[in-house]
Amino acid sequence: MAFFELKGIRKAFGSGNRRAEVLRDVDLAIEEGEFVAVVGFSGSGKSTLLSIMAGLIEPDGGEVLLRGRKVRGPGPERGVVFQQYALLPWLSVRENVALAVDKVFRHWTRARRREHVEEHLRLVNLSEAAHKKPRELSGGMRQRVALARGLAMDPEILLLDEPFGALDALTRATLQTEVARIWQERRKTVVLITNDVDEGILLADRIVPLTPGPQATLADAFEVNLARPRGRRELNRLPEFQRIRNEVTCCLNAMVRTRGARLPEADAERTAAVPEPGPVCSVASGI
Amino acid sequence: MALKETTVRVLHRTGLQVFEPLVRLAALEEPKQQLSRIAIHLGMPLLAMLGFLLLWSLAAARIETAYGTLPTPGQVWDEGGSLVEAHFETRRAEEAFYVDQQEQAALYLAEAAALRAGLDRTAGRERVKLEKQIGRLEDRAERAGAKRFTATPTYLEQIVTSLKTVFTGFVLASLVAVPLGILCGMSPAFMSALNPLIQIFKPVSPLAWLPIVTILVGALYTTEPQEAWFEKSFITSAITVALCSLWPALVNTAQGVSNVDRDHVNVSRVLQLTWFEHVRLIVLPSALPLIFTGLRISLGVGWMVLIAAEMLAQNPGLGKFIWDMFQNGSSQTLARIMVAVFTIGLIGFALDRGMVALQRCVTFEGAAA
Amino acid sequence: MPAYLELFKLTKAYPSGAGSVAVVKSFSLDIARGEFVCLIGHSGCGKSTVLSMVAGLTPPTHGGVVLDDREVDRPGADRGVVFQAPCLLPWLTALENVLLGVRKVHAGKSAAEQRRIGERALALVGLGDALSKRPRELSQGMQQRVGIARALALAPKVLLLDEPFGMLDALTRMELQDILLELLDRDRKTALMVTHDVDEALFLADRIVMMTNGPDAGVRAVVPVPFERPRIRADVLEHPRYYELREQLLTLLEEEEHKRALERAPARMEAPQTVSP
Repeated sequence: MAFFELKGIRKAFGSGNRRAEVLRDVDLAIEEGEFVAVVGFSGSGKSTLLSIMAGLIEPDGGEVLLRGRKVRGPGPERGVVFQQYALLPWLSVRENVALAVDKVFRHWTRARRREHVEEHLRLVNLSEAAHKKPRELSGGMRQRVALARGLAMDPEILLLDEPFGALDALTRATLQTEVARIWQERRKTVVLITNDVDEGILLADRIVPLTPGPQATLADAFEVNLARPRGRRELNRLPEFQRIRNEVTCCLNAMVRTRGARLPEADAERTAAVPEPGPVCSVASGI
Repeated sequence: MALKETTVRVLHRTGLQVFEPLVRLAALEEPKQQLSRIAIHLGMPLLAMLGFLLLWSLAAARIETAYGTLPTPGQVWDEGGSLVEAHFETRRAEEAFYVDQQEQAALYLAEAAALRAGLDRTAGRERVKLEKQIGRLEDRAERAGAKRFTATPTYLEQIVTSLKTVFTGFVLASLVAVPLGILCGMSPAFMSALNPLIQIFKPVSPLAWLPIVTILVGALYTTEPQEAWFEKSFITSAITVALCSLWPALVNTAQGVSNVDRDHVNVSRVLQLTWFEHVRLIVLPSALPLIFTGLRISLGVGWMVLIAAEMLAQNPGLGKFIWDMFQNGSSQTLARIMVAVFTIGLIGFALDRGMVALQRCVTFEGAAA
Repeated sequence: MPAYLELFKLTKAYPSGAGSVAVVKSFSLDIARGEFVCLIGHSGCGKSTVLSMVAGLTPPTHGGVVLDDREVDRPGADRGVVFQAPCLLPWLTALENVLLGVRKVHAGKSAAEQRRIGERALALVGLGDALSKRPRELSQGMQQRVGIARALALAPKVLLLDEPFGMLDALTRMELQDILLELLDRDRKTALMVTHDVDEALFLADRIVMMTNGPDAGVRAVVPVPFERPRIRADVLEHPRYYELREQLLTLLEEEEHKRALERAPARMEAPQTVSP
């Protein structure tokens, strides 16, 4: 029995003619302490899948099992880190984390909860900024707060919904390294939703591609057997890294191509017969 | 420099950013840039104001009305001064009146005391007569001390009355609108139930409400005038204000509550917050900016409605002042009404700025995160 | 090879305080006919400014641009520009958006002919069946394809691409790169593209120009890309030199970033709160 399991998940939105099946027959089994990355296209139902895991959306069919028990609705044993951080703007960094801690560990003493909050702020290097409001922070720092909040709830499984998607390349790299470090310290079970193959390889034990929607489902997984900690620069030279990267990229690229095939190649052929528009247009008109 | 930054912050909080360059100029910060900002943000409004005054002065001399020529800005200014002066005049008269009464009472008491000293030396009918006389003197002293100064309310008192009335109406409206709005925002069913009523009553003019309110207050508020805490006209005006200023606050609150960020709702769900925790920790703080926007609009509407309500309900505020001026037309009528118009405008502006400042202090300043 | 598009000592300076600050300084580059060149650098390094000067949208302070032996100093239909955001008019269909420019550039042609040009351009980017869709009915990737079609339909001499896939997710980006590559391999367009994605540059370009960080941005290094055309992603990735070149570029980028971080560190300490309510 797997630690966390999705069995035959199906989900459609809309009704009647406009009904669109987003996910079909999604099966996934995750072991305790495993880091799994689901890589998929935007609009392919990635976020829907994560919301179903979190219990925020009810699937039409299939079930979500945690330690063999079916989960209904959201709960703090499945912590979520949202792409847009979802911090409460009227609370300081510390208060945002404390909100979760106070709710989940209400039976603890105040001092112990306090210490727990501080510990997690230290974990994401935010002790200095603990009194600040989210709007005073950069995107990367906001996502650190969200991460601290997710971890401080001490969930059995942590769900990351494209957590670095809204960040610039450099901040993204820094946070990825940070997450890798924290995961090595804590060994939480993690599901990461992403569209970045490199991110998946850097962080995960296993990469599961999600086929492009509609009717998206999970394709065969790629094991990532690279030693940790994984340095970005060192990885680039490893043949094993290059192999996995090429395999995953080509697998996803092939999905694009089959999707592209559904688009009108025939049309392109037909119109190709039309003569090329005149090549020279030297007059610089103000377009 | 700390002083400068504090001042600038205060200006921003109160929505008076236009004065920021003045502060920065005083601190000699990039004087060139500040001067150009001053020219645009202070110079231009000033210029427009002067233009307006000029046009007004030019027009004033040419317009003849039943109440004389249209007063010039200077005449209106003088009239304003004399209204304020009249207030202090009345205050001085009042003071003098009470001093007078005190003195009178003291005289009576002194006389009574003198008689009482001689009381032991008398007996029988003589003594009874004397006691009666002492009693009469003490009564008079008491009456003199208790006598109230009566005069028609001055202009400043009328302003205060208007402010009291509008705030009473506004508080009444808020007490109804905000909780209702929260319920509407939380429950689509509740919203769709109330929506038709809201849509129908929202556009109703205060002039239509007023007669109904007057009749209802007349029927239900039957306390004797001497024992009543409030005048009927006051209650009528306040309720009319409340009825008209209810809607913006209600609609905005409902909007604010129903538009809570989905992500925030999800956070609440993952944490399994109870309904009350959800409202207190997530919904109210998120909706606060819009609630305040609604309240701000409500107060503005209330202030506008108030003048009409006071005119008709004869509540002794600014509305009644204008009405009275209009009724017993004199050469001062036009100038006085214009003073009232400017007063109403300035107070309305001040109320709005006040609400903005309050909003910025209380809410999280529309931060996105 | 003779230069088809020549960027000669391009400098863009803005007045600041007493003197002036050059965003880009003395940037020179020759591009041959049919060549695809990528400008790569960190955000804010001035690479978009260079492109904007070539497009004629920003007048250079010094220097100039010569295209096909003519100096260019204003926007023109000989240079098709694709921006990061497709900027489609929301009330027009995909085809109408494309036709907007076509009518102007191919003014002499009949309406039917103009329409065919527009349809062909959309078909080339794989949108042949979405001609009458409005922007809001299209995904971001599809909108950007309309943007590319709009530029192509004008039959420009050069294609200028300013981070055209910057707003798309990694996988959609891959899809559009394939489409763009196919278009370019088909008729060997000359193109100048700005990007910060090393893999994208390696996949598409014949030459990669690394820029130094602004102010005074210039050419840091020029890296020729040896992969043969027509290219297929799998082959490019398997090329023995792919990861070597990738590392070379990443290292260059990283060095530039460190330089910038060092320069910026004290400035960052001074300005903690610039958010105004």
